Amino acid sequence: MEQLAALIAATLSAGTPLLLAGIGLLVNERSGVLNLGAEGMMLIAAAAGFAVGFHTGNPVAGLAAGALAGVLFSLIFSALAIGLATNQYATGLALTLFGAGLSAFAGLAYVGKSVPFKSTFEVPGLSALPFLGTAFFKLHPMVYLALALTGLVAWVLARTRAGLVIRAVGESPESAHAIGYPVRLIRVGAVAFGGACCGLAGAYLSLVYTPLWVEGMVAGRGWIALALTTFATWRPWRIALGAYLFGSVTMIQFALQAEGVEIASQLLSMLPYIATIVVLALISRNPAFIRLNMPASLGKPFHP
Amino acid sequence: MPRLEARPAPSPLMGYLAPVLALGLTVVFGTLLFLALGKSPVAGLRVFFVTPLETLRGWSEVGLKMVPLLLCALGLAICYRSNVWNIGAEGQFVVGGIAAGGVALLAGADAPRAYFVIVLAGGIVGGLAWAGVTAFLRDRFNANEILVSLMLTYVGGLLLIYLVNGPWKDPKGFNFPYSKTFDAAAMVPRLFPGTRLTWGIVLAVVVLAAVWLFLARSKAGFRLAVAGHAPLAARFAGFSAREGIWLSLLLCGALAGLAGALEVAGPLGQLTPQISPGYGFAAIIVAWLGRLHPGGCVFAAFVMALIYIGGELSQSRLGLPAAITGVFQGMLLLALLTADTFIHYRVRWR
Repeated sequence: MEQLAALIAATLSAGTPLLLAGIGLLVNERSGVLNLGAEGMMLIAAAAGFAVGFHTGNPVAGLAAGALAGVLFSLIFSALAIGLATNQYATGLALTLFGAGLSAFAGLAYVGKSVPFKSTFEVPGLSALPFLGTAFFKLHPMVYLALALTGLVAWVLARTRAGLVIRAVGESPESAHAIGYPVRLIRVGAVAFGGACCGLAGAYLSLVYTPLWVEGMVAGRGWIALALTTFATWRPWRIALGAYLFGSVTMIQFALQAEGVEIASQLLSMLPYIATIVVLALISRNPAFIRLNMPASLGKPFHP
Repeated sequence: MPRLEARPAPSPLMGYLAPVLALGLTVVFGTLLFLALGKSPVAGLRVFFVTPLETLRGWSEVGLKMVPLLLCALGLAICYRSNVWNIGAEGQFVVGGIAAGGVALLAGADAPRAYFVIVLAGGIVGGLAWAGVTAFLRDRFNANEILVSLMLTYVGGLLLIYLVNGPWKDPKGFNFPYSKTFDAAAMVPRLFPGTRLTWGIVLAVVVLAAVWLFLARSKAGFRLAVAGHAPLAARFAGFSAREGIWLSLLLCGALAGLAGALEVAGPLGQLTPQISPGYGFAAIIVAWLGRLHPGGCVFAAFVMALIYIGGELSQSRLGLPAAITGVFQGMLLLALLTADTFIHYRVRWR
């Protein structure tokens, strides 16, 4: 029983970076912009967050630095893809390549270093509960923050004027522009939000989850988060479902290893990637269903 | 505020100038980077653009790096021309290398000298199969080829690490994660004694000519171009979108797989945990910098090879980590995209 509780806790921790990045990218995509630079933003934020956390000794400063790095990096994307109307696929890809290169270069000084931060916090009172305490109330605050953010995004998108404007810009930028909304500015804002979320996710990985800086440590989570938005058909709570589902796939590999199952670790590490492919294939099977749910202007440049 | 104004027609002049402009921008940013790192920019740029070309050996190393870059970029250019966003050439390269390595490890001591041809064929089949998975899932399940091809790159990389740590590890290799070194018959013959260049570079030139002919002269190449430029027109003309997906991905997989085979049966001579320093990803930049044109890709592969070698040299000459290569690659693509804007838009200041 206690083992199952620990597994649930580990799943929630593993799903959190995916949820954070996924929810940011969701807002990003609902405004009509596809940023394939997620992996690069997460990498640069992981490096920046780790560096700041290492020097200040303050995990909050590290996470904030990661978010800031994500925003700054997203601005490069915005300047090109929104400002200069470049191809969004190619620009995002460039951002990922640049982020991978720059983080590997800048992070070299921190390879092999570690940060002394606690990765779990006990919620007073609740953490003493049998089973539930271990499963849900001895986690890092970021796990709860990610869920709160999901709720906030779901509410803003569905129930507020700001959300309506973001969706309008994503569905029909021409109409939004004709009514007088600053389409490109709104998109820059949405992309910056995506950058901040991806940045938080990256810094969470290097400061809390791993916690180490290793070159390429995001290991495709940015791409999996991008796949999550399709999986969730662009709905916030389904992102959370998908993120924890993938978190549990990651956990299966550790659980199997702990059980002493004789499978090479490299083969087990393939699981999240293969799961992503399978899930993508299943969910995309019906093109009409995807087209119905996808923001209509996704990936198309807009210039007034 | 500067405003972008669409040109009535894309500017052909800017099409050629943009890569040059991008290189210029990269040099400017590189200068700033070297200054920020407290290094002399003159010495820094020299390491990247002059030192590799000072000796015959340097030229042969450039040629050696150009082969995988060019082969992958040619495949990717075919994909991008037909609007198929394959970004998994890296994985197709790695799996091609694995398949070629597997065939090479099977060679007995009495294998004929031509055995390397089967090794190369193995590489082609490996890359083809890996790209085929992406094509199948895109065609049959409408799964996004960007994400699938990238996920398969991670799977391919892990497969290689598994093999060299497990079943294919050299039992006499002091527990290093390397395969046995291949028998001489499995290796691509050297072109000149004294350099590491193999006949692979000749093969690459042949492939270059073939791809050029395919794109410029064949009906299938024309159909791909139409599908890429004007999907609707292609549909009305009755060109099959499925053909475009399968053909471009399989060709790219075959070329990337061949590149992987040439690498493991050439300079490497065995399987190691990392057979590619990101050639498949760098080739994306090469394809774009080369304007998705075979001839342009040669020029772009040359530049990219210099950046790779410059990165390796900067370790010893400047005391900078080789990871600087990745920074330059990213800057180059970002600069290129910026410069590309001027093909379709004019900047108006007002």
